[in-house]
Amino acid sequence: MTVRQWTGESVRDDFPLLSRIMRQNKPLVYLDSAATSQKPAVVLDAERRFYEQHNAAAHRGSHQLAEEATEAYESARSRIAGFIAADTRSLVFTKSATESLNLIAYALLNATVLSARGSAQDPRFVVSEGDNIVVTELEHHANLVPWQELCAKTGATLRWVPVTSDGGLAIDVLTDIVDERTKVVSCAHVSNTLGHMLPIGKFAAAAHEVGALFVLDACQSVPHLPVAAPQTGADLIAFSAHKMLGPTGLGLLWGRQEILDAMPVVSTGGSMISHVTMERSTYQPAPMRFEPGVPSMAQAVGTAAAVEYLESLGMMQVEQHVRELSQHCIDELSLIDGVKVITSVDAAPVSAVSFTVDGVHPHDVGQVLDDDGVAVRVGHHCAWPLMRALGVPATVRASFSVYNTNQDVAALANSVARVKGFFG
Amino acid sequence: MSLEGMYQELILDHHRNPVGKGLRDPFDAQVHHINTSCGDELTVRVHLDSGEVADISWDGVGCAISQASMSMLADMCTRQSTAHFRQLLDAFLAVMHGRGQIAPDPILGEAAAFEGVAQFAARVKCALLGWMAVEDAVNRALSTVIDLRPEQEGNA
Repeated sequence: MTVRQWTGESVRDDFPLLSRIMRQNKPLVYLDSAATSQKPAVVLDAERRFYEQHNAAAHRGSHQLAEEATEAYESARSRIAGFIAADTRSLVFTKSATESLNLIAYALLNATVLSARGSAQDPRFVVSEGDNIVVTELEHHANLVPWQELCAKTGATLRWVPVTSDGGLAIDVLTDIVDERTKVVSCAHVSNTLGHMLPIGKFAAAAHEVGALFVLDACQSVPHLPVAAPQTGADLIAFSAHKMLGPTGLGLLWGRQEILDAMPVVSTGGSMISHVTMERSTYQPAPMRFEPGVPSMAQAVGTAAAVEYLESLGMMQVEQHVRELSQHCIDELSLIDGVKVITSVDAAPVSAVSFTVDGVHPHDVGQVLDDDGVAVRVGHHCAWPLMRALGVPATVRASFSVYNTNQDVAALANSVARVKGFFG
Repeated sequence: MSLEGMYQELILDHHRNPVGKGLRDPFDAQVHHINTSCGDELTVRVHLDSGEVADISWDGVGCAISQASMSMLADMCTRQSTAHFRQLLDAFLAVMHGRGQIAPDPILGEAAAFEGVAQFAARVKCALLGWMAVEDAVNRALSTVIDLRPEQEGNA
């Protein structure tokens, strides 16, 4: 794959939605890619082309169209697996990253329930009273609430690495709270709110020293920097298509092959079965075992097109691009009276910057920005405990992708500069 | 609809100088309402006296729209009947759910200033937060205040 020369300005034209004019006749300045990214025309075309030419039920039927649909779906899997340097068979398609994380939690619950009923289960997946699960205080709710639920149902305890008020992780606590009763250690690769990269090597090491599973939430890393799944140290990785220029409704779950092969099924039905009688069913090997129902073929094809597009830009170049924008954003915002940029002391942001404006609630800041056509996220960013740890009710978050430019940062800064004046 | 149209001076005034802020005794019911999407929070206490809303006291953290709406509500409904509150609530809901197509009922008085918010679907919940909280508190207060003891012989 040849990497092309590009800038934010040059790729903008690839994204149809970015030419929209918003209320007050302002051109759109889209700074909310951490929530969801915009899609290049090639992704939209790929999805459309699938429906126009190859749509049939994959893995069902022996007619030509079904063969084509199956081929399209499976080669998309292969393409996306290659993007994270993984084997095809170790990539599961789900409906979202949130579902991927829930799938892991429910697989553990199922193993626990089955084990309690006398069925031999891989002990790594069985969670007993007195076991614990370790996360951090800055996790997105999708990588927190499923673990809370799992603990409530199994009698395990949730432990976490705290965040200090300067956004730093009290990482030394990790080796205190991970012990021989730890079943899962999980953390974000990149924080969706503070934007920085976590020291995942330490989390992996702590988990593996005690034989726990290390689960990685890679939603904010895979879209913005090169990620080689087998080298992260993770046993399972969740990420989502719609945050990486792909369609909504598709999530990914990568797992080390032997983990996926040993993990109990969660969602069952057609496709994932091997043999079915009224009395019992047996199941396919992974990844098929975790993909019940007619697959989201068009979305998989769209995601493969997104992968191809990203590879044409080069993920190292993408990382450099968004890091530079993030730093430029911090520099510009820091010049404005009353603005407090909230970064982690641990590391510089990759592609998202959170900030507050003195005396003005983030929701109101967001409204002024909206009036100028600038789209940011305001609120707790699905990381409510992090807000409390930082001592703020909410923040404003600007996030960057391949199509953002220094002009976008300037538009943001100009808009933020008029906030305090408006609210007097 | 401009920013000035939504954040009318009246709203900004109430935001800067909120009426009724600070939790007070006595009260008959206390509720805690949150906008889960953005984190606006309100704690509201309501004290009833002979069918009248004698006091509305509150505290909270949130955007200018949510805080100003709560302030204006406290201003308009204190020392008025609960029936008056419900009348205002219905009128306010009609405007808020009307996407800017519904003209405010004159009984809303100052609260008509929130008309602009109705065009911004994401902010309607902010404007409604206080009203929903007070409705909840009034309902709870009424259910505890009703004396269900039967008449007893010999009572003066």
